[in-house]
Amino acid sequence: MSETQPEQNLPAEAAAPESQPVFARRAGMWSSGAGDTSGYGGLRRDLAMPGRSEGPFGEPHDSVLGRALEVIPALRDARVLFDRDELTIYVPREQLTDVARQFRDDAFLRFEVCVSVSGVHYPQETGSELHVVYHLLSYTHNRRVRLEVTCPEEDPHVPSVVATYPMVDYHERETWDMFGVIFDGHPSLTRILMPDDWKGHPQRKDYPLGGVDVEYKGAKVPAPDNRRSYS
Amino acid sequence: MSTHAATEDVFSGADDVHADRVYLAQGGDWSDIASEQAERGDETIVVNMGPQHPSTHGVLRLILEMDGETVESIRPGIGFLHTGIEKNMEYKTWTQGVTYVTRMDYVAPLFNEAVYCLAVERLLGVTDDIPERASIIRVLVMELNRIASHLVAMGTGGMEIGALTVMTVAFREREMILDFLEGLSGLRMNHAYIRPGGVANDLPEDGLSHLRTVIDWLKKHLPEYATFCNENPIFIGRLSKVGVMDLTAATMLGMSGPPLRATGYDWDLRRTQPYCGYETYEFDTVTWDTNDAYGRFRIRLDECWESLKIVEQCYDRLQRTQGQPVMVDDPKIAWPAQLSLGPDGQGNSNEHIKHIMGESMEALIHHFKIVTEGFKVPVGQVYQAIESPKGELGCHVVSDGGTRPYRVHFRDPGFNHLQSIPAMCEGGMMSDVVVAIASLDPVLGGVDR
Repeated sequence: MSETQPEQNLPAEAAAPESQPVFARRAGMWSSGAGDTSGYGGLRRDLAMPGRSEGPFGEPHDSVLGRALEVIPALRDARVLFDRDELTIYVPREQLTDVARQFRDDAFLRFEVCVSVSGVHYPQETGSELHVVYHLLSYTHNRRVRLEVTCPEEDPHVPSVVATYPMVDYHERETWDMFGVIFDGHPSLTRILMPDDWKGHPQRKDYPLGGVDVEYKGAKVPAPDNRRSYS
Repeated sequence: MSTHAATEDVFSGADDVHADRVYLAQGGDWSDIASEQAERGDETIVVNMGPQHPSTHGVLRLILEMDGETVESIRPGIGFLHTGIEKNMEYKTWTQGVTYVTRMDYVAPLFNEAVYCLAVERLLGVTDDIPERASIIRVLVMELNRIASHLVAMGTGGMEIGALTVMTVAFREREMILDFLEGLSGLRMNHAYIRPGGVANDLPEDGLSHLRTVIDWLKKHLPEYATFCNENPIFIGRLSKVGVMDLTAATMLGMSGPPLRATGYDWDLRRTQPYCGYETYEFDTVTWDTNDAYGRFRIRLDECWESLKIVEQCYDRLQRTQGQPVMVDDPKIAWPAQLSLGPDGQGNSNEHIKHIMGESMEALIHHFKIVTEGFKVPVGQVYQAIESPKGELGCHVVSDGGTRPYRVHFRDPGFNHLQSIPAMCEGGMMSDVVVAIASLDPVLGGVDR
């Protein structure tokens, strides 16, 4: 082996993920709710989620992505992120039904189970505040992939994948209950954890925690969501 | 048109015959169901079982439509134990989160802690820096907890069909395990023992000898369950061919853990996607091929023995690694206080208090900052899954770079498994419903979170 190998023979290094538009801006020592006496008030930091990344990511992620692009050409422009050894494909919501079916039925993808659906609320991401995150698992190939779908708060509709993955029935109901994402085509989208007549969707970021101030020997301790915080 | 029936058959394929009416496992209002029932004028009876019914394994509500003793339809209602753990965690530091997650599935608290800490460690990028001894202790407490959880599943499952002795002996063995965990963490349950970066404290001085007595006790008493149950004709009669789910049905409903392995499919995350060094332990995964509640019982029983095998290997490794650290070597993450167990319970060690109060101002500041403010976790999201006694326990964590989680979601196996109750129970007998639910081993604290 020579010391200088031709460049094309070396494994390409995965580029660091490009970052998404800023999702939080923080100043000083990050405390809020109290005057900053640290003297670091001039420090500003932009926090951004990792954005798009370019391959190769290593196996099996490359073959998953390659095959997905082959059978679903519409995904060619989709954002792909490889972070912490996990592959995330951001699927436009119009294509979700088709993508889910292909991911389950194609013999090379064969993600038999959608193990988990969870919502995340990013109020700063104008136009795509609500995210729905699907974690797929393939028994056949023993691998996982994450699909992420976004929708705006004003139009919180995402197609249901219950017809493809019957096991997400409860999970989609929970995401509706907690985040108010409407899964079109779900056979019975009703509340599951909160009472049936509950108003609002508690796990949205703008939904208050509703804690009660604690009084202790005359001193008041505010509810948890109103206390000074460092993050 | 009532709300619990769908107008179109979403489950049938393009070539299948569409059912003209599909009944679903959820939705609708009780009065709608009752009035529709009256309109139809047939003789089915609607039964509300739970949420405060001892045989529903916690606050689970079941709504059954009965034709005599036969279950025509059954719908589970959950949410009675929803405590907003995921939301509350967004207002607590990463370390404080452990105290919350341990209260979800309270029969297997250490698995909740482990999956959460593994996820946080992956976000921090310190997975490879976790000391070996910390991982051994994690495996040890998880496997002991797995035995304790399976004992509860088998014991309460037996109690519900009248085999009270199985319950009393199961709780006797479980108490031995809980005694050990109490000696280790200070608490019988809700330990908050596994922390991001490692575990809260090392074994107490007599820890290994205590562990030896637990192993010996279990070796002596675990055979009793096989003697009581395995060939017992009443036991077989009640469990065999009840709650049947074959591999296709189990996959379609996302089942994992013993219900999946009872279909003969060998899927155990400890083997297929190992964590905490499980690939270095010798144990067998257990499968059964009867698809029913009896198979799930036998799997749990055999898994107790496999867990005991792992516990013994942990015992040897713990002997070898005495004195090694149990928390990651990073003062920006590790809890500053060297916690130790005194006669009055868990607390800061005297040496540490002496150091921060009398010797080093900087150490005091550091202690104060990391305890009140916590550590920052880089931006990103991960999904971590482990094999809990019930199945795949998943944890989806999102960080915004702050000292508190931005979003934590738990995929509890019980939550997922409850969907399959209609598939397992409809068309069967009322008395089999209880057996079928017990064979899933749902814990409502985890289901409702």
